[in-house]
Amino acid sequence: MNKLLFLLQKEFKQIFRNPTILRMIIIMPILQLILLPLAADYEVKNIMVSVVDLDHSPYSKRLIQKIDASSYFKLVEYSPSYKKSLETVGDGKTDLILTIPRGFEKTLIKENSTKLHLAADAVNGIRGGLGSTYLTQVVGDFNREIREEWLVMPRNSEIPQIEVTTANWYNPHYKYPLFMVPGILVVLVTMVGAFMTALNIVAEKEIGTIEQLNVTPLKKHEFILGKLIPFWVLGMVSITMGIVVAFVIFRILPVGSFLTIYAFSAVYLFGVLGIGLLISTFSDTQQQATLFAFFAMMVFILLGGLYTPIEGMPRWSQILTYFNPPAYLIKIVRAIYIKGSVFSDLKNDFYVLIAFAIGFNGLAILNYRKRMA
Amino acid sequence: MMSEIVIHTENLTRKFGDFVAVNTISFDVKAGEIFGFLGANGAGKTTAMKILCGLLSPTSGVASVAGFDVYKENEQIKENIGYMSQKFSLYENLTVRENIRFFGGIYGIDRKSLKVKSEELIQRLGLGLEADKLVGSLPLGWKQKISFSVAILHNPKVVFLDEPTGGVDPITRRQFWDMIYEASAKGITVFVTTHYMDEAEYCDRVSIMVDGAIAAMGKPSELKKQFAVENMDGVFLQLARGAKRSE
Repeated sequence: MNKLLFLLQKEFKQIFRNPTILRMIIIMPILQLILLPLAADYEVKNIMVSVVDLDHSPYSKRLIQKIDASSYFKLVEYSPSYKKSLETVGDGKTDLILTIPRGFEKTLIKENSTKLHLAADAVNGIRGGLGSTYLTQVVGDFNREIREEWLVMPRNSEIPQIEVTTANWYNPHYKYPLFMVPGILVVLVTMVGAFMTALNIVAEKEIGTIEQLNVTPLKKHEFILGKLIPFWVLGMVSITMGIVVAFVIFRILPVGSFLTIYAFSAVYLFGVLGIGLLISTFSDTQQQATLFAFFAMMVFILLGGLYTPIEGMPRWSQILTYFNPPAYLIKIVRAIYIKGSVFSDLKNDFYVLIAFAIGFNGLAILNYRKRMA
Repeated sequence: MMSEIVIHTENLTRKFGDFVAVNTISFDVKAGEIFGFLGANGAGKTTAMKILCGLLSPTSGVASVAGFDVYKENEQIKENIGYMSQKFSLYENLTVRENIRFFGGIYGIDRKSLKVKSEELIQRLGLGLEADKLVGSLPLGWKQKISFSVAILHNPKVVFLDEPTGGVDPITRRQFWDMIYEASAKGITVFVTTHYMDEAEYCDRVSIMVDGAIAAMGKPSELKKQFAVENMDGVFLQLARGAKRSE
């Protein structure tokens, strides 16, 4: 116990003498929290539409006006032919081409249905996909409008209509920072927890001081606790910084309790510290550790549901996310921040986090050797 | 002289794959002795030393340090030895005083006597003014003296020194050896590797390793007589000339 105190004392002194670490835990949360939520916005706006109106009828004009009025679209061009329009797609000036065929109005009135042609530039799949969905909605609206007009006349034969209204719970205005900030908090804790621990231990390997520790009677668990505890504290400091920045910059406060956030983060941190420890047992140089950490981080984020919802992933990668610790905490912190979930709602996730903490640390301890084989 | 044996090896061997780094070496070191472990680069000195310190497992053979078996009683050995590695082994971003306290602390010296001991040591090394400077800012010779003092702070039975005087000037080397004699006078056995043949003359006994095996062992005076040369340089050159391994 006494030895552990000496170790902790040493570790904290070194941390406070290392300006890089301090910069990382102070500046990184601030920058990430300010920049990322503002930049990472899924909403697709200003979709460039080129219209090929071959009908030139009142109805076709009305449809075009309706599209133009929507805030999602920007009419960039009226084109005489589809072929001509296609050229502007090549230039990147157009995302969608809507072709209104000749006789659009006539067919619509006569046969009660007609066809439109919509082409989307799918180089950026999200933009193309969302653009055509939005435009389809606008066309649907247009369709309903004219139908209502026609039905006004014979009052008695009113067809029952089903109108769908939507209510967005918890985040009614789709505020992106509210969605992103809790996720980024998790990324921060992960970075501090896993990678700073790994780099710290590997640095001791590189300098050679770890050998000096390995010839002392210091026990394996004392060494490991001596490394984990300081970075656990730093991780908690980092998440606190993040919570403060989220409030100061975005006025975001959790609907749920801070205590719940800290309770989950505390357990989660031990898990990621275990990952850091494990990385350090594999790597001999900080370069190796950094590269490994870089790849791990990519997987953590892409399979963590920070940017892309896990529910939208293919089945096999959804299964992979079960083994991805950040995926749990991102979900948890979002639930606490946005919905105000309480501990009992998230109990099962808590057990999973405990399992991660035990699993990763267990592997790391098994893999850490005071003596080379 | 006491004849208690502190380090004992018999056919100690370490292989890395096909490469035999340490090849069936056998020797005994007695308590209080200064034992020089010589050899060219790559001869296997550091490997042998790491096995004795419990940093590396042996492949075969017998070895014990301070009466403890290197296979099974690895951790007990660590209570009884000090070690100063080839790489510089203090924390550069801690002060002299903090380094002394830290290493003393993890060897289990209690806080009260640690305080007394570290002040004593700082005075003895004449580092009163530098005690609160970061170790990284001190010249190499001082770092090595501090390293050595820290390695024997807990009064170990044996201290292992791996090329402790590499890269320092002759005056500092001489001072360093004075410290080694002092430690030896207190009964600490000194196991030291070196490249400097003048230092070999300071040892009570030396062994010379060539290609992983011990080629010669004895008092410096005996070895000089045996090889009919005037100094240890001559002994070393005769033996090392036959070496197949080099850097």
